[in-house]
Amino acid sequence: MTTLIKQRRIASDGWRVIGLPNEPIAGPLPTEGDIIVPLAVWRGQQAALLGRQGRTGVWLEGAEDPAVLFSSGFIPELIAVRFPTFTDGRGYSAARLLRERHGFRGELRAIGDVLRDTLFDLARCGFDAFALRDDQDADAAVAAFDEFSEVYQAGADRGPLFTRRVEGTPA
Amino acid sequence: MYLYDPIDQRLVEERVAQFRDQTRRFLAGQLSEDDFRPLRLRNGLYIQKRAPMLRVAIPYGLLSATQLRKLAHIARTYDRGCGHFSTRQNIQFNWPRLEDVPEILAELATVQMHAIQTSGNCVRNITTDHFAGVAPDEIVDPFVWAEVMRQWSTLHPEFGFLPRKFKIAINGSVEDRAATLVHDIGLHAVRSDSSEIGFRVIVGGGLGRTPIIGHVIRECLPWRHLLTYLDAILRGYNRYGRRDNKYKARIKILVKDLTPAGFAEQVEAEWAHLKDGPGTLIQEEIDRVAQQFTRPAYATVDPVLRKQEEVRYDARLAADRAFARWVERNVQAHRVAGYAAVTLSLKKTGVPPGDATADQMDAVADLAERHSFGEIRVSHEQNLVLPDVPVRDLHELWGRLKELGFATPNIGLLTNIISCPGGDFCSLANAVSIPVAEAIQRRFDDLDYLYDIGELDLNISGCMNACGHHHVGNIGILGVDKNGEEWYQITIGGRQGAQAALGRVIGPSVARDEVPDVIERLIAVYLEQRESEHERFVDVVHRLGIEPFKSHVYDYAD
Repeated sequence: MTTLIKQRRIASDGWRVIGLPNEPIAGPLPTEGDIIVPLAVWRGQQAALLGRQGRTGVWLEGAEDPAVLFSSGFIPELIAVRFPTFTDGRGYSAARLLRERHGFRGELRAIGDVLRDTLFDLARCGFDAFALRDDQDADAAVAAFDEFSEVYQAGADRGPLFTRRVEGTPA
Repeated sequence: MYLYDPIDQRLVEERVAQFRDQTRRFLAGQLSEDDFRPLRLRNGLYIQKRAPMLRVAIPYGLLSATQLRKLAHIARTYDRGCGHFSTRQNIQFNWPRLEDVPEILAELATVQMHAIQTSGNCVRNITTDHFAGVAPDEIVDPFVWAEVMRQWSTLHPEFGFLPRKFKIAINGSVEDRAATLVHDIGLHAVRSDSSEIGFRVIVGGGLGRTPIIGHVIRECLPWRHLLTYLDAILRGYNRYGRRDNKYKARIKILVKDLTPAGFAEQVEAEWAHLKDGPGTLIQEEIDRVAQQFTRPAYATVDPVLRKQEEVRYDARLAADRAFARWVERNVQAHRVAGYAAVTLSLKKTGVPPGDATADQMDAVADLAERHSFGEIRVSHEQNLVLPDVPVRDLHELWGRLKELGFATPNIGLLTNIISCPGGDFCSLANAVSIPVAEAIQRRFDDLDYLYDIGELDLNISGCMNACGHHHVGNIGILGVDKNGEEWYQITIGGRQGAQAALGRVIGPSVARDEVPDVIERLIAVYLEQRESEHERFVDVVHRLGIEPFKSHVYDYAD
């Protein structure tokens, strides 16, 4: 069972991700319930999605360009980025672009091969929700956000340490 | 030395705790081998042929005596009493036990060291000139900038899982002693017309299976923009670098596919968004980092006294040919009068290139404290350097180095071989390297002959990954596998430095026991063809091409 961590807490999840690589979409999209659809569906069926009863989010692969979400139409309230394996680092850049370039303020969720060992970096790149891989220990995962008390670089979460050093405000 | 502040210290300690927990989970069966592998690699831990190998970072090749003693202690306690200095200025331990690694890292943290990002598909240890800060031809001291980049790259949240490993080298002198043209990013610290520090940015160089000389994409990047520009390069690489084939995943392939101009355009487009953003460097930080570096307190010597010392030194040089030879090869000029930089050759015949025992490390630490302000450098040619030795100490130091086996006067000569660990240790290797290096050193053990041959870099790699930098050796030797047998391909004409060039293959590969003969024949052609003893081996290859060498090597074989 996938556990969702949101705002550093184990959270319940009303969203359903559809159209994952091994689960092709059969038949029409459900009109009710909150669903997260692939980017291609989002781009191709905007009118149908707007008429749905439930909320609609969109998921994209790390390799897909998040800019297309902002070029036309409405912006989803939830965006998920899928990690096919945790060693595919493209999703980290996608997240930073969503937060820092496109100013996305909604829920940004990491899905796929999401391990407790990557949560700290994922959060630094702007993810605030994490659908853990099924085998992960959720309680231990929550603690991963505190593995490091400071960070050197600028990220989506805060500026670089050198600014805090000058101001005398490092953690 | 850069001295950690409490935050730097806390971060390495937290990294130790994180890795300790990961190792515990792996040993308890809670973390699979597939999950653990990329996590341990990010911390320099390989599982090799015989045992794990732990690569410890020596940021920009700079070590204190205290740190070197700690490395000796680790070699003695957790290894078999030996360490191997690598071409990326790091040190490798070949026999630690996996369950001991967290403890080793904890010990390293007590002397401000770590193994962070010494492996894995992330930004690796940033390397530089082993004569940084002391070279007479230096324009900008690269250490401060290397440390600024160390902090930027350490646990970078976005670039922990790049398509492939990523190596950055920075050089601040006229001469390029950091092989910047064969790195993923090479930086030349320069000064603009208004004397502001800036960086020439070179991308897409590299060795390995597809050796390429890097391309300049920026002539003078103002220093404030260094980190945002690096972010722009890395982001483009992270997003668009190939991930379908590990042999085509380095940034050089992306640069080649887009063309250097096309790649530069992509970087500029990305950078337009990052420029002047939060990552923009500030003067206060540069000053702070500079102040965290300890600097030698050079003595000012009374001119009369100095004159006397010089006379005595010159007399020794004239009287003692062996000492004079060592000075000629292993002692380098210093920007401060009365001082010299001394290279300790880790290339004695019969010892694997770059290896040092725990006892030797302790002894070098003592010598560094006595003669060189407690500081040691590791060179990418796998030697150690005492960077700040008073000239009056040279003779005494030479005596001690001879006892230690570190005074072989071969820096810049054929037997100063760069070699990877090769098939004796490494699971990637096709062939052994160290025994080949030794066979060549034995063949050329006559010092007079060696001196007559003059400057010559000979580099050996046990496989295509080119850890021994064979492409840029004046003579390069590459181990290849032919139906399960070890063969060696020979290249000539490669060179490192500002005129970096890749060697050309002279012909079919040769059997292991033929390698010293082939080298000897190459040398014979050179000695016959050179116009004077000032024309080096590599110069003759570039003047005549490979043909005369090739025909002499292979005609002989027929």
